[in-house]
Amino acid sequence: MRQFVVRRVLYSIVTLFILSATIFLIVRLTGDPVALMAEASARPEDLDRVRHQWGLDRSWPVQYVTFMQNAFKGELGKSFNYRLPVSELYFQRLPNSLTLGLAATLISVLIGVPAGIISAVKVNSWWDNLAKGVALLGLSIPGFWLALVLILVFSVWLRWLPTSGAGDWRHVIMPALALGWYFAASMLRLTRSSMLEVLGSEYIKLARLKGLPDVVVIALHAFKNALIPVFTLAGVNLVVMINAAVIIEVIFAWPGIGRLLYEGIFQRDFPLVQGVVIMAGFMIVGINLVVDILYAFIDPRIRLTR
Amino acid sequence: MATIATQTAVTPARAASRLHAVIKAAREAPLVAITILGGLMLVAILADFIAPHDPTLPVKGANVFDPPFWMEGGSTATLLGTDFLGRDILSRLIYGARVSLIVGIVGTLVAGTIGTGLGILSGYVGGWVDQIIMRVTDAWLALPAIVFAIFLAAMIGPSMWNIVVILGAVYWTRYARVIRGEVLTLREREFVKLAEIAGASRWRVIKRHILPNVMNTATVLASLTVGVVIIAEASLSFLGVGVPPPQPAWGLMLSEARPTLMAGQWWLTVFPGTCILLIVLATQLFGDWLRIKLDPQLRNL
Repeated sequence: MRQFVVRRVLYSIVTLFILSATIFLIVRLTGDPVALMAEASARPEDLDRVRHQWGLDRSWPVQYVTFMQNAFKGELGKSFNYRLPVSELYFQRLPNSLTLGLAATLISVLIGVPAGIISAVKVNSWWDNLAKGVALLGLSIPGFWLALVLILVFSVWLRWLPTSGAGDWRHVIMPALALGWYFAASMLRLTRSSMLEVLGSEYIKLARLKGLPDVVVIALHAFKNALIPVFTLAGVNLVVMINAAVIIEVIFAWPGIGRLLYEGIFQRDFPLVQGVVIMAGFMIVGINLVVDILYAFIDPRIRLTR
Repeated sequence: MATIATQTAVTPARAASRLHAVIKAAREAPLVAITILGGLMLVAILADFIAPHDPTLPVKGANVFDPPFWMEGGSTATLLGTDFLGRDILSRLIYGARVSLIVGIVGTLVAGTIGTGLGILSGYVGGWVDQIIMRVTDAWLALPAIVFAIFLAAMIGPSMWNIVVILGAVYWTRYARVIRGEVLTLREREFVKLAEIAGASRWRVIKRHILPNVMNTATVLASLTVGVVIIAEASLSFLGVGVPPPQPAWGLMLSEARPTLMAGQWWLTVFPGTCILLIVLATQLFGDWLRIKLDPQLRNL
């Protein structure tokens, strides 16, 4: 077990190093931020001064080492555009992304889990086919288009919900639905296959043979075990949604980290983009590490596989 | 099966049974998916002949924001209405199919080639090569693919072929992982061991024995990737980092429709989105069928 944990932690660190170095390189290979930052009338000397001021005149390896040293101290550099520490901007926006992510996770669970259970319990029934159709649509409807259609229906035609911004709960509904929709489909598929697997297992057959009613078998025996992978996925999805909601946040003018990244990219705000992207990598590598270790803890067989 | 059939002479009975097999395959084939995909491909190829107007120029005599022909103020000259520059929506949709299909198919090929190549290398060569490739794969998977794609597209610059390369460079990871796993078991199989003992070079073993055995898996993965890549292209174009205007791409059309959404000009948003939905739905259905056909073990993917 200890060996497993040590190896997984080492792998995660290597992964983050490769990711940060890749991002760092791509950012520097593709353009000069100083030219964009300075005014059009700036002279070359001025540009050099700005470059020096931001430490961009040093060699790339030196810049990278400095960046990583600061990152370990929890400082992700200073935004060119906002002239504020990236970490400050990031943590200002994070709660909003968390709210949106939680709401979207809730929606994906509320749609995916019950539908998945029903379709597994009544395999090949009308319900099952309906659920399969919903899952197929979940993977086929682009989230950003769903967002536009929701705005059209609920804001323009029915005038029930506000189109954009953040405020009370009514602002959250549409972005959360548009974001959670795709994930609802994956929850549905996983719940269904996981339930089917558990329902086919020996202990469920035994419970049925004992003459327990269906409701008890499904609700007490099958449900609990089948939902372990499902809720693991929900947790991983939450982290992904916090970081991947760029388009939805842009459409609904939601002040989360996705939009922060979007703004950073268009303003060529190197430190900001670098910081947000690396934080995303950090969170996702982190949640995967946690899940792997927890699963190895629960199931000793996993520790032995590479 | 096919190789045996080509080696022996084709007798009438055999020909009849093969015809039977073709009919059987046609009956099991996903007709809805093939109709949609085939139709869209035909439309994309013949766009120059069937599009009623130039997709990049305003239609003469039409206004901006004309509604579809069945609504009041619509005209049969522009069947599905016009956009903010007075361009014909239908013609733009027709040419847009070209962009989606090219990016979807070529992007998937790029991703599949990179991923299958790295997966085989990783699984067959093993050792530190395997370690490096797998750690890079992990690093790639540590970012949500769409975030990575937006990042790359914004840094490299908008053009259709850039997007093809970018999406290929983002979506190869799944191939690498799955194919590597398959190669790890293939490597231990007797026909591979015997080929190695017989003195076949690594390259020859990969080409003759490994690659043909992972092609089914790669094909199934490809069928699952096409839809994802098409949606990714639309998303990038929507954000303004994909296919640049005035080229007609469905995602770009949605982005241009956004400012007028509040005015209730629904057709600008509904039509391109429905096209994306249909094409992705068709690839999904086709992929499901292919998965069951080629590899029953992959049904849960």
